[in-house]
Formats: sequence, C-alpha cells, structure tokens
Amino acid sequence: MNMNKKKAWIYLLPAVLFLALFLVYPLIDVFVYSVEEGYNFASQTYFGTGLYNFSYVLHDPFFLQAVKNTFILVIITVPLSTGLALLISAGLSSVRPLRDLFQTVYFLPYVTNTLAVGLVFMILFQKTEYTDGLVNLMLSWFGAGPVDFIDGPYWAKMFVLCFYTIWIVMPFKILVLTSALASVNQDYYRAARVDGTPRFRVFTKITLPMISPMIFYLVITGFIGAFKAYSDAVALFGTDLNAAGMNTIVGYVYDMLYGDSGGYPSYASAAAVILFAIVLTITCINLLVSRKKIEY
Amino acid sequence: MVSQAEYKKTEKAAARRNKVCRILTYAGLAIWAVIVLFPFYWMLLTSVKSYGAYNAEHIPAFFTMAPTLQNYTDAFTQVPLVDYLLNTLIFSVITTVLMVAVSVLAAYAFARLEFRGKNLVFTLFLSMMMIPSELVVITNFVTVTNLDLRNTFTGLVLPSVTSVFYIYLLKENFEQVPDELYRAAKVDGTSDLKYLWKVMVPICRPTIITVTILKIIECWNSYVWPRLVTDDPAYYLVSNGIQEIRENGFGRENVPAMMAAVVVISVPLIILFLVFRRKIMEGVSRGGMKG
Repeated sequence: MNMNKKKAWIYLLPAVLFLALFLVYPLIDVFVYSVEEGYNFASQTYFGTGLYNFSYVLHDPFFLQAVKNTFILVIITVPLSTGLALLISAGLSSVRPLRDLFQTVYFLPYVTNTLAVGLVFMILFQKTEYTDGLVNLMLSWFGAGPVDFIDGPYWAKMFVLCFYTIWIVMPFKILVLTSALASVNQDYYRAARVDGTPRFRVFTKITLPMISPMIFYLVITGFIGAFKAYSDAVALFGTDLNAAGMNTIVGYVYDMLYGDSGGYPSYASAAAVILFAIVLTITCINLLVSRKKIEY
Repeated sequence: MVSQAEYKKTEKAAARRNKVCRILTYAGLAIWAVIVLFPFYWMLLTSVKSYGAYNAEHIPAFFTMAPTLQNYTDAFTQVPLVDYLLNTLIFSVITTVLMVAVSVLAAYAFARLEFRGKNLVFTLFLSMMMIPSELVVITNFVTVTNLDLRNTFTGLVLPSVTSVFYIYLLKENFEQVPDELYRAAKVDGTSDLKYLWKVMVPICRPTIITVTILKIIECWNSYVWPRLVTDDPAYYLVSNGIQEIRENGFGRENVPAMMAAVVVISVPLIILFLVFRRKIMEGVSRGGMKG
C-alpha cells in the first residue's frame, strides 16, 4: 500500500510543482511585494515595510482614472450584456429552423483574437483626415455629426470600449443561457399552455425563476471578467492607455510592472491587491444577493 | 354553428399573432447576427481593397469591384507575420502538450489511485481555480526575469502550463470509467502507466480533445503574459505581432495590409472552430471563460 501511495504522489508531482511555483508562491509573494517600500527591481532591496505603496497608488491620478474607467465599464456592460444575452437566447430557443446556424454565428467572437478584431473595430469607428469611417457614415444618415470615437471625447471612447466588450462577452453568455433554457422541464410549459397563460407571464413566472441560478452565475462571472478588462482597451486605443485616458485597473498594474512607465513591482502589487479586494467584495455581495433571490 | 365559427376566428387570430411573433424573433436574431458578422465582413473586404483605392474612399464603400491580393503579399513580405505565426504555433503546441500530459497524470491520480489526504489535496486544487491570474503575474514576471528566461520559449511556456480547471474536467471523466476494467488490468499485471495510456486515454479521448482545443484557443489568443516577457520581436506571438504591426508596421498607415494580417491571424481559429464546433461549445459551456 505504501508503494501505491508513493505512486500517486509521483503522478501528482508535475502538477503540484507547476502550481506551487507559478500559482501558490506568486500569490503569497504579491502580498509581500505590496508592503515592501521602495523596492528596487535591479538590486532587489527595499528599505522598509508598510502601507506606503497602497497610499501611493490610491493617490495616483492615473490609478483613479483607471478605477473610474473600470467601474463605468462594469456598470454598463454587465447588465446590458446579460440582458441582451437573455433576450437573444429566449429568441433562439423559441425557433427551430436556422437555430444551429444562428448559434454558430453568435459564438464566433469567442474564438477570435481580441487584439486582431479590435483593430477592425478601431477602423470602423475611427475618424481620420481621409475618411470619417463607417460608423460616422451611418450616423450621418440620421443627421448626427461625425464623432471621433478613438481619439475624441471621453464618452465616445467609452462607448466603443463598452460596445466591443459586450461584443466579446456575448458568446459565452448566450451559450450558457441557451443550454439553461433547454434544460427547463417542458412539463411546466405544457401546464401553462393548458391554462392559457400569456407568453410574457410564462417567461417571467416560469422561465426566469427556473434559470435564475444560471443568470446569477453569469452576473458573477461577468463582474469578475469586466473588472479585469484590459486587452480590449489595448486593441482599441493602443498600448499607451494612460495617454488615451482609457486605462483600466489591470492595465495600470501592467504599466507599473513593465514598459515605459514600468519597473515598480511594489506599486503593481499594491494595485493588484486593491483590484482583488474590489472583486472579492463585489463577488461576496453578489453571492449574498443570489442566496436571497434564488428560490429553490 | 356560431360557436364553431367563433372558435375558428380566435384560432386564426392566435395563428396570426404567432406568426408576427416569429417574424419579430427572426428579425431580432438576424440583427444580432449582422452585428457579429459585420466586423468579419469588413476585415475581409478591406483586406482585398487596394491601398490607393482604400485611401481615396472618403465615404467607405460596402463592396469592391477590383479585389486584389496585393495586401496579403505585403503582409507576408513586409512584416514578419510568418515568424509571429510560427512562434504562436510553437508556443501553443508545446504549452498544450505539456498541459495535457501534466493534467492527465494528475487527474489519473485523483480519479483512480488511493492516497491519504486525497480529498484535502483535491479541495486545495479546486480552490486554486479562484486565484486571479492578475495577482500571480507580477511575481511570475520577476521569477522569469531573474531566471534570465525573458525572450525564450521556456519563459513563455512555463507559467502558462497550469490549468486546474482542465484537471478537474479530466478527473470527472476518468471517474466514469468502470472500476472492473482497472481490476482486470491489475489481475493481468498491467502497470498503472500502461493502463492509463492504453485504456483510460483512449476511452476518454473526446474530453482530452476538447481540453486540447480549448487550450490551443487560449494560447493562440494570449496577450498579457507574452507581452510582459518578450520585448524582442523575434519572439512575438500573433497578439503582440498585430500590435507591433499597428504601431510601426508598414512604414505608413496601410490599413488594407493591416486587415490582411488580421485575416491571416483569425482564419486558423475560425477553421478550428468550424471543424470542432460542438466540442468547443460543449467544453466552454461546462465552465470555460474567456480570458
């Protein structure tokens, strides 16, 4: 038996090694970094421990801008994308012909390279000296003036970022909700039909409660994902997000770590820990709310 | 009879309402399909417009009469697109092979072998799924820099190998293989490794393929880690490559050639998706997340 025990650990060894080295140790270390003041990357020395890094980050206007951007992005995209996904999945499950085709099409953004397709969005929304771009052309059909969405006013840029984020996250949500809808017991619908219940009532009284666990799952993962937004912003506005005023919290972490403004792992760690605290708080609130709301 | 006629009338009205409802549903679905597909159409279209024609368009044209493949030639010759693709391919293959090997071994230990504290270790593993990658990336960056592994494939691959979720997925699947097979193999004196390779892996092949494809997609699209550890364009993956092309690619603002590069980068994954559509969608709905 002892022989067997050893064997199990040998099978586990590679996974344990990788996880310990690149997941557990870094997790502990990031908290250590975040309290080491004046850490020097080259000599790997620091002069003291304390909360100065946090205070520095919280007073950095770039960080505050990043927090603001991230919160706006989260507040706009999570409800919108979840609601839209619910609408689309409900539509999808009510039709039979072409359903497979639609499902395949809707899933496409999931398998595309965020950076590459972001460039297409940039081209669509961009206003240059040569051309106002396609979106502005469409706006002009409705008599709206040309807006520079990539290099212009703040809310125009935020709109593109939200639009692109929603475009990217929809496939996952539609997929999860369609399979949730498919697993609702058909007997409830048959009973409702016998009673002649109106469609909308069936949706709010049967469908929504039945799939509410999945909706909450999507809201929770949606919040987590949106708080970590970064590459979509890079795809649209380039790597210098601070200059564009469109940085996100994760972007701030990476900028502190590396690049022209980088070399400060302590500040990066402090920012990452703050992000983690925010995400954890929001997730806990979400879980508490869902405990109360889910009926079965 | 009056009641019969009335009944027919209501039935007809209901059918009409149903029809209107269905048309509206299809219209809504079609609108979203257009929103999803349009960027793809636009990138294809722009990639076959000639440089001169594109820049002469003050008002964007929705189609072109003179398609050209010149942009693709430019994309392949003027920027190191082939290198980016090769790098990504090498990175994806090594990472995926290592990940599958490590995960299969670990999943086998959890599913089939007995050892003390198994449940505790497995719970610890599962709890690691909650660790956000943003937290660990900082130390990993420092580790890789200190080991002098920046701008190497080793540095790119190593931190990308771990995937607790896939271990979990494989373990669930391995547990469905009946115990009798294992006992029979033991009676025959088959070693565990041989049993794993000859029996478990073939039986669970569908799940292993799903895991492989999901990991390849993840590798192909990874951006943050490659950007941190590579600043030598010779080691850029496609995500960083396209960013490089955008910022100082063709020496001038050559949008059509840029779009050609975007098409080349996007096509492999779209083909992979169309071939393994069901597997990918099933795997993702079981708990995959974009990121």
